[in-house]
Amino acid sequence: MTDVTVVIAGQAGQGVDTASELLARALVRSGYHVFSCPDVMSRIRGGHNFTAVRISDRPRLGSSGSTSLLLALDEASIALRRPDVMPGGIVVAPGKADTATTGETPVRVPTDKLAGDLGAPRAMANTVGLGALFGFIGHRLRPLLDLLDERFAAKGRDAVRLNQACARAGFKFVTPALARSCPCAVPALKKPARRLLLSGSHAIALGALYSGVQFFSGYPMSPATPIMEYLAGKQQRFGLLVEQAEDELAAINQVLGASYAGARAMTATSGGGFALMVEGLGLAGMAELPCVIVLAQRPGPATGFPTRTEQAELLFAISASGDDFPRFVFAPGSAEQAFGLTRRAFCLAEKYQVPAILLSDQFLSDSLWTVPDLSPAETLQTEDETARLWRNRPPLSYHRYSVTDDGVSPKLRPGVPNQTVRSIGSEHDEDGLQIESSSIRTRMHDKRMRKLSAMAQEVDLAASYPCDDAEHALVCFGSTLGPVREAVDLLRAERVNVNAVHLSELCPFPRESVVARLSACRHVITVENNSTGQLGRLLCRETRIAPEREVLKYDGRPFTGSELAEQLKKVMQ
Amino acid sequence: MKQSSAPWSTTVEPTWCPGCGNFAILGSLRQALAEMKLAPWQVCVVAGIGQAGRTAHHLNCNYLHGLHGRALAHALGVKLANHQLSVIAIGGDGDMYAEGGNHLLHAIRRNPRIACFVHNNGVYGLTRGQPTPTGMPDLVRRDVPLPLPPFNPVLFALGVGGSFVARGFAGNQPHLTRLMVEALSHPGFGLLDILQPCVTYNRINTFAWYKERAYDLAADGHDPSDLDKALTRAMEWPAPDSQESRIPLGVFFRSHRPAYEDQLSPLQRGPLVDRKPARRQLDAALKEFT
Repeated sequence: MTDVTVVIAGQAGQGVDTASELLARALVRSGYHVFSCPDVMSRIRGGHNFTAVRISDRPRLGSSGSTSLLLALDEASIALRRPDVMPGGIVVAPGKADTATTGETPVRVPTDKLAGDLGAPRAMANTVGLGALFGFIGHRLRPLLDLLDERFAAKGRDAVRLNQACARAGFKFVTPALARSCPCAVPALKKPARRLLLSGSHAIALGALYSGVQFFSGYPMSPATPIMEYLAGKQQRFGLLVEQAEDELAAINQVLGASYAGARAMTATSGGGFALMVEGLGLAGMAELPCVIVLAQRPGPATGFPTRTEQAELLFAISASGDDFPRFVFAPGSAEQAFGLTRRAFCLAEKYQVPAILLSDQFLSDSLWTVPDLSPAETLQTEDETARLWRNRPPLSYHRYSVTDDGVSPKLRPGVPNQTVRSIGSEHDEDGLQIESSSIRTRMHDKRMRKLSAMAQEVDLAASYPCDDAEHALVCFGSTLGPVREAVDLLRAERVNVNAVHLSELCPFPRESVVARLSACRHVITVENNSTGQLGRLLCRETRIAPEREVLKYDGRPFTGSELAEQLKKVMQ
Repeated sequence: MKQSSAPWSTTVEPTWCPGCGNFAILGSLRQALAEMKLAPWQVCVVAGIGQAGRTAHHLNCNYLHGLHGRALAHALGVKLANHQLSVIAIGGDGDMYAEGGNHLLHAIRRNPRIACFVHNNGVYGLTRGQPTPTGMPDLVRRDVPLPLPPFNPVLFALGVGGSFVARGFAGNQPHLTRLMVEALSHPGFGLLDILQPCVTYNRINTFAWYKERAYDLAADGHDPSDLDKALTRAMEWPAPDSQESRIPLGVFFRSHRPAYEDQLSPLQRGPLVDRKPARRQLDAALKEFT
């Protein structure tokens, strides 16, 4: 079994991101499952950032916490990251080559000098370091050379050649004797399967493209911004429009305007921005405007802990806005789920004419995940069936909010000849006219809320792993999926009778399936990245099942499986 | 020949106070729409919340009657999703100049083909007469007067690059109708500030008060292509000595800055709402992650 973690650390702006991404992608091409998790400060230059690249021969949905090889791009990183290095692991750092390397001192690679000898600028020293890294882990250089070719092609052949020469120089520097100091070998695998390496944000953005998203409006806020950035780069090719709004109020309300006009529309933000969007969310509920809102959580409240992770907006997402209206809230546990749930969010938002909130977090959004080819069988249809139906009706006979058995009124977009569409955020009658009548108010509120019964049938079952019944059930939602599953594996290896019950669809709450999953277990333990056990409280409210114990973490960092297993052992005693 | 405004009428009974300036504004708007020769299904009114926003109910066309202050954000969303619709944003001075001030600033910067009609009466009517940003200091009926100069929307719009900036008056309907037609025909963001007496809560800025002071810019020889002169005219009122000053009406400034939607390449192949994802492109997008 291969399970190796390589950490690349340095200051912001030193190239940790690029180096770790190239390493991760090269290894995915060689057949490995890679999980790459960045730990980043809220600054543009300086400080201390690092990325843990976990390389395994089986799928991994979280970090390991134990480093086999540390590549420190600056001196400070050596001391800062050394505590994570496992016994026997090595530290590689730029510097004058030193033959008297022991386990305690870093292996020095003269990256600056090697780059300089080739006439390469200093910035390419990282490529030398990366080449050396491949030498240490005993991986052929070809996938890295190919990637450098693709990545720097736009800068010209010279840039490609120079980068490749740097990588080769670093690789050659690591003599077989030097490579033996490295405790791990990650040779290329035979017949690698085609897999993708992408961030949670990319998975969401791709899910949106596959759903036929036509309009996106957002205001930059970590960790949601990469979704907007990615989609903005796809406007020409996909004919979608990405609007950078003046604030989150504008973002959500532009989205709702576009939704009213008939566009598949979406926004993405974090807690602070979502707080501003809550007003618009209410309008989506009242005016029955479908939309998808990505809430990429970070620790709060207020500005909080901008580049860190937490899951403390579950109850906020479920209950945000005045008064009641139906909504979907989904919380993917991996990039693969993020892609699928984004598609479901678009599809179900449109089917029920409600807002759908996708709960991500910094850990899910920024980590790089290895996923099987995502390409779904079919893309969602965007044909406006209703428009066709109404085109030949008598003039002005359409009623936007006609009362129906299931609460869903046929939705027409404005611009259909001889029909007008009146949508409104005040309480209204079937034609969208503001009313004062008590009976119409009750009737229309009931109409909207009636959607809930069909919506509740749509939500997916709570998924259990690896079996349906166990003595201890670890209940979790969203991005804790990977660490919890890994903890389950570790504990089961020690003969603890435990399983994981993961919820990815939380509103409407999948009550029956959760009760069915938990009724056989003796101890319910919730695992959450927040301080008050929000899922536990929701569980108790919805099912009357109160968690017996909870493991909570709210230091801004994600769980690792091994850390969680240790904590659970204490809790289970 | 005068076009009939009847197709634009609805049977909804107005809830405005008798004598409200909104009646005149509604009449002018129906007439202007009739003169634009548009069909009701081609027009989308996006309204704010307040007495002005209710205008939407009395116009036979599509509408999105959303939230206080957000009409311009909704209007931009509608316009970008389907730029074939004629989009009109209607709201009060609280809507557009207070709650929605940031949206106004950026709507002017973007310059989409949206006509924005602001019913400006200096007070919040539905909440019983609190001053809006355009309210004159004497208007404030409180223990402690608010030491605030009134907001000058015309000067503001000129200052942030407005391509069509005009002021009308509910007490001069034919003139107002003409300005509305001009705003609706303008290939960009057309801001029309409309002075509208509030017969219930504003005892200062009455019809008579405005009539004494108002004058027509065009009749006074103003050249609306001259930004410097437009700025000078805009500073005439409201000003520190507003009680004494004359109030210019008409088009202050007009320029032909390109409309926002004309510069967005994804829109040049037709409305967004008709766009479908191409399978080939999707698969190519996935490939970038291998």
